[in-house]
Amino acid sequence: MAETQELLPKLTAKDLASDQDVKWCPGCGDYSILKQVQTVLPDFGVPKENIVFISGIGCASRFTYYMDTYGMHSIHGRAGAIASGVKTANPNLSVWVVSGDGDSLSIGGNHFIHLLRKNFDINYLMFNNQIYGLTKGQYSPTSEKGKVTKSSPFGSVEEPLNPAELALGAKASFVARSLDRDPKHMQMVLKKAHQHKGSSFVEIYQNCVVFNEGAFFPFTEKETKKELDIFLEHGKPLVFGQNEDKGIRLDGFTPVIVDLKADGVSASDLWIHDEHDKLKAHIISSFSDTEYNGVSFPRPFGVIYAEDRPTYEDAVTIQIGDLIARKGKASLNKILSGDKTWSIL
Amino acid sequence: MDTTETKDRQTAIVEAESIVIRFSGDSGDGMQLTGTQFTDTAAFLGNDLATFPDYPAEIRAPIGTTAGVSGFQVHFGSREIFTPGDEFDVLVAMNAASLKVDLPKLRKGGVIITNTAGFDKKNLGLAGYPADVNPLEDGSLANYTVYSIDVTRHTKECLADLGLSMKEIERSKNMFVLGLLFWMFDEPMDYTVSFINEKFGKKPEIAQANIKALNAGWNFGDHTELFATRFKVAPAKLPKGEYRSITGNHATAIGVIAAAEMAGLPLFLGSYPITPASDILHDLSKYKTSNVKTFQAEDEIAGICSAIGAAYAGDLAITTTSGPGMSLKTEALGLATMLEIPLLVVNVQRGGPSTGLPTKTEQSDLYQAMFGRHGDAPLPVIASTSPADCFNTVYEACRIAVEHMTPVIFLSDGYIANGAEPWMFPTQDQLKPINVKFLTEANGADGKLLPYKRDEHLVRPWIKPGTKGLEHRIGGLEKQHETGNVAYTGANHAIMTHNRIEKIEKIANDIPEIAPECGSKKAKLCVLGWGSTFGVIKSVVSSLIEEGHDIAHVHLRYLNPFPRNLGELLSGYDKVVIPEMNNGQLRMIVRSRFLVPAEGINKIEGQPFTTRELREKFVDILKNMH
Repeated sequence: MAETQELLPKLTAKDLASDQDVKWCPGCGDYSILKQVQTVLPDFGVPKENIVFISGIGCASRFTYYMDTYGMHSIHGRAGAIASGVKTANPNLSVWVVSGDGDSLSIGGNHFIHLLRKNFDINYLMFNNQIYGLTKGQYSPTSEKGKVTKSSPFGSVEEPLNPAELALGAKASFVARSLDRDPKHMQMVLKKAHQHKGSSFVEIYQNCVVFNEGAFFPFTEKETKKELDIFLEHGKPLVFGQNEDKGIRLDGFTPVIVDLKADGVSASDLWIHDEHDKLKAHIISSFSDTEYNGVSFPRPFGVIYAEDRPTYEDAVTIQIGDLIARKGKASLNKILSGDKTWSIL
Repeated sequence: MDTTETKDRQTAIVEAESIVIRFSGDSGDGMQLTGTQFTDTAAFLGNDLATFPDYPAEIRAPIGTTAGVSGFQVHFGSREIFTPGDEFDVLVAMNAASLKVDLPKLRKGGVIITNTAGFDKKNLGLAGYPADVNPLEDGSLANYTVYSIDVTRHTKECLADLGLSMKEIERSKNMFVLGLLFWMFDEPMDYTVSFINEKFGKKPEIAQANIKALNAGWNFGDHTELFATRFKVAPAKLPKGEYRSITGNHATAIGVIAAAEMAGLPLFLGSYPITPASDILHDLSKYKTSNVKTFQAEDEIAGICSAIGAAYAGDLAITTTSGPGMSLKTEALGLATMLEIPLLVVNVQRGGPSTGLPTKTEQSDLYQAMFGRHGDAPLPVIASTSPADCFNTVYEACRIAVEHMTPVIFLSDGYIANGAEPWMFPTQDQLKPINVKFLTEANGADGKLLPYKRDEHLVRPWIKPGTKGLEHRIGGLEKQHETGNVAYTGANHAIMTHNRIEKIEKIANDIPEIAPECGSKKAKLCVLGWGSTFGVIKSVVSSLIEEGHDIAHVHLRYLNPFPRNLGELLSGYDKVVIPEMNNGQLRMIVRSRFLVPAEGINKIEGQPFTTRELREKFVDILKNMH
């Protein structure tokens, strides 16, 4: 993790904005994400020369150009692989990947799962708008079945991916979800992602005003949000509903929605969120698209899972350090000669 | 040389100038190890040599079949050796299949050493001999000197009291053969004994079994009256100095370590295993104490992309692969070209296209290296000429990459990657310096940073993340001249494209001019080669010159840009002929670049040229020029 420099004046959000004009469509959810990232980054105390943003291709990936930090706008799907190299080469850098649902889950799916598995201390922001925006509106791997787009005029026949489930399956050590239209929540999640030492995967629901307007409105708008969302907090019961009147209980491994008023159930009977419990994290992540006993569950937001485990770059550094401590640094002349030589006189 | 036990026996010792031995057996028979041990010992005794491991793509093809035959060829001598040899003087055939595969290349009158246990009915059938035909018994080998030995039985007998399993005993039979060959060529066993003790340090009973089998092989030669002849190859008159034996892949690995150290940079390798390049990954993974970070990536694309990330972060970054992997890396190579960051891409070529011939050699990725990117995206391309030369050439490739801020493609191939030769290795103080400069302060007017401001070589600065005040963004989109900001205008794109092209062309001023390896600048016939055909061409052309022919050998290491005087040099010859292990890739490039009507000699059989086939072609061409 990058060192903090307490003697320097604290950065402001403005210090983190580059001199380039932001060119997303008016009303795009990306503006909010850019704003929240620029707002929270100064709180982390990392000097901006130690911050690197790596992105792939897609609307989301233009993000890099708008941050006055180090950055690379690379090629489609490969941001994770490039970031792996940056972090391994220099573990002192604070490395952020910015990517979209197509970039991460379709063309970059392989790098995505291996980055999470290897557990670099990298913050991975995936803007999910359930559509291909920059290529002007084809269905993405997160588009719902039946989605009508330019490349699926009669409806998509494909089953969508659930990013949180995939991340857990790929052994991610941190999995969270947030929304473009909930700045406070996003700031909170970004902070936790930064604090987590390891690969922090953050899926952010992001509205594409042009090609998928309102895809997430049920989850982001006041009228429906409270009924359809559940905001997870570590150590707190799973409660949701317009008047916080619904809860989730576990019946064995099966989640059950209970009415906190009618059933006479108290909050103490409810499932208490433990972000370190992997099995339960799997169940929570499945809420998005699995029905239990014919009942749909609210969409979970917040930190679904967090686990402390050694990072890739630390393991590499320790292994090299141990070997040098034990064997000493190899001399180049010794490497050139090898173990067996002979002389021609 | 007599020993006390055989004072009364006369075994003639024949002095030979050079000998070619082919160790041939089933994939599981340990022929690669046996050959390597014999080679290393010959090297210690001061012979010059060249080796050619030739094995199937399958790890264990069906036992006993011709598909599973694994060969190791060594050519060692008291004179300079350039090739592993066209035909063998001695063939070690551990089973019927290996005899069937390799007999055609044994010279008439050559020696065959066989393990008769590998010629039972079952093995003969698997090798495809007709029923009731045994080549060891039917007189078909009358033109050769055949030693039929039941190696399996002898090994079993000598290891009977060690309490090993039959499988473990069987595995030692290659050591029996090696011991016999050491006796036959009057070479000491010490090197192999210490190798065995090191390799099986944790399994002393296995070490003991191998050493016992080795000694038994030697004693078998010494005690039985089977052998009429032994051979002696005197040390070669190589230049004075300290030598080691080295394969092309190992030379490549330590070449990049040396380059990183001389450049003062940490070394990063991003790689995905692929034949025949994996040994570079294996080797570099062992050198952690030289601050080498090896990253076994999830795929070829991540191999190069992680290296791009490491190069961006300020490491000497490399990625290693072979043809199919090279294809996968192509898009990222375009990114590296656009970013203008240093990156070494090692392609150990093999037979293509597609999966092709994974364990066989070819030089058919030259077009890909030169042109295999979308857009106008030239890169330096450099090829090594021999196993040991991989060191110098890859070192030079690294130097060009960091001093000229560009990805560089280094071409090796399966033939030199796995082949070995003696190498008079350098010491650190003999290595050319590599100059690296990171930008630490803004380079523009008014304290502005210009990431794409170029120096007189059109090289942009290398800027490491972590450098205060130089925060900036780069990427694959076209950049504005100097500022590096995204720019889509046509005029700017033309400027940047020309800059990228000229930057590579200017490298010609930073590499040596080319001169003939042998022969004059005005000879009638010029043989122009590149890469691993060096040894065989040099060997043939120099002997033709000795015989009075007007022929010269010019060999390219730098393929892009070409040496600045290449066109002029080629124009001095009456005729240019280009032997290549492909269908004429350098020929087309040379023709189009210099309008020279070069002709090709092309071999696409997964095998290197033999001296005989090149000699015949050259003599033919010379004859027709009269």
